[in-house]
Amino acid sequence: MQEDRSHAMGMHSEQLRGRSQQMFFEPDAEENFVYPDAFEVDYNKRTEFDAKDMSAKETNLKIRALMQDGHGTIVVKNPMARHAMGVGILNRLNLYFEGSLGYFGVGVIDGPNVRISGRVGWSCAENMMAGTVVVEKNAGSLFGAAIRGGDLVCKGHVGARTGIDQKGGSILVGGDTGAFSGFMMQRGRMVVCGNAGHNLGDSMYDGTIFVGGSVKSLGVDCVPAEMSDPDRAWLKRKLALYGMLPAEGIDHFRKYIAGKQLWNYDNLEPSEKKLVL
Amino acid sequence: MAGTSYKGSEIRDIDQFLSDTSGLGSDREKEIGQHIGYRYDVNLLPDYQRVTPFLKTYMEVMGWDDLNWLEDVHMGYEEGRPAVFDRNINGWVTIPEGTALPDNQQDRDMLARELLIKFQMSKRHPMVDLNKAYRKF
Repeated sequence: MQEDRSHAMGMHSEQLRGRSQQMFFEPDAEENFVYPDAFEVDYNKRTEFDAKDMSAKETNLKIRALMQDGHGTIVVKNPMARHAMGVGILNRLNLYFEGSLGYFGVGVIDGPNVRISGRVGWSCAENMMAGTVVVEKNAGSLFGAAIRGGDLVCKGHVGARTGIDQKGGSILVGGDTGAFSGFMMQRGRMVVCGNAGHNLGDSMYDGTIFVGGSVKSLGVDCVPAEMSDPDRAWLKRKLALYGMLPAEGIDHFRKYIAGKQLWNYDNLEPSEKKLVL
Repeated sequence: MAGTSYKGSEIRDIDQFLSDTSGLGSDREKEIGQHIGYRYDVNLLPDYQRVTPFLKTYMEVMGWDDLNWLEDVHMGYEEGRPAVFDRNINGWVTIPEGTALPDNQQDRDMLARELLIKFQMSKRHPMVDLNKAYRKF
């Protein structure tokens, strides 16, 4: 059905010749700050509902219906730690969860500002594109997996593999983080105010990790680097934004980046690979 | 130092990738004969003194205190032309010929951010047709 529709629209006749798109920008295009299909919402139009007896799907559809009605601020009471809550929101929106979320909470979002008063399970904000997510308590493993943009904040501790495959955006952790945080990180920034577990930044390709406490061990190709003035300014500003700036300042933070030995890994000779690993 | 390197090559000049499209700048790249660079410093942090009025309005509309995801958007160079990478189509979108480029990377990045927003939010964006064709509900 969907394939028929896309063929009817002539979408399969295009010859793809490269990655450049010859579809030029229009510098004088009409100013529009949201996606063409986004719901028009007003942040001052607030509503709330109790999700205690609702399934995750019913809750998500309810959020969608409320956005359709123009509500820009939605409070969800009693989310009951259900999985996949608040996912796929591609809209500007203030969304508050009064309680905890289960696995895959607020995944694949692009734009909303989410606040969660409780804890979150595995893989919170996976594939997040833009917006802000603030978790007041602790988070499970895979926090911010494959995040591409936006600010993802956990004021408590987080589990292992935080920011695995991070491709952009900022992940801020108020407490400690588990093993393999920043695993295969490609870009973006991660801040850990507490301690980091084993193998921090393992196999990271690019990006930056800042740690305020101790690091149990560094992963393959993760190396310490010198903090620059722009780094300090960014760190201070970002932590202050979420009320996480330590009273003693940020001078104790250390910076970690990719050692860049894994770049062009496939071109390395076996002997060189041994040296890297 | 941020803004001066990419993939191990030193960025010597703001227009380096407009005049030298080969990208094989470093010894390492010459050795392996390959370059798949970003052609910009992905870790360059935005200078908030240079945010344009358009971007300020965008931040207000979205309810953000900073550039949020746009902190990771920079002006790059594809096939010797200035371009910006659009993650929604996983490709470079070239900047119209004749567009005057500022003389520093920070202002070029702000221009790239502005153009990318205008493109992504327009009805001409390829995602609009894809959405119509493939949306499930």
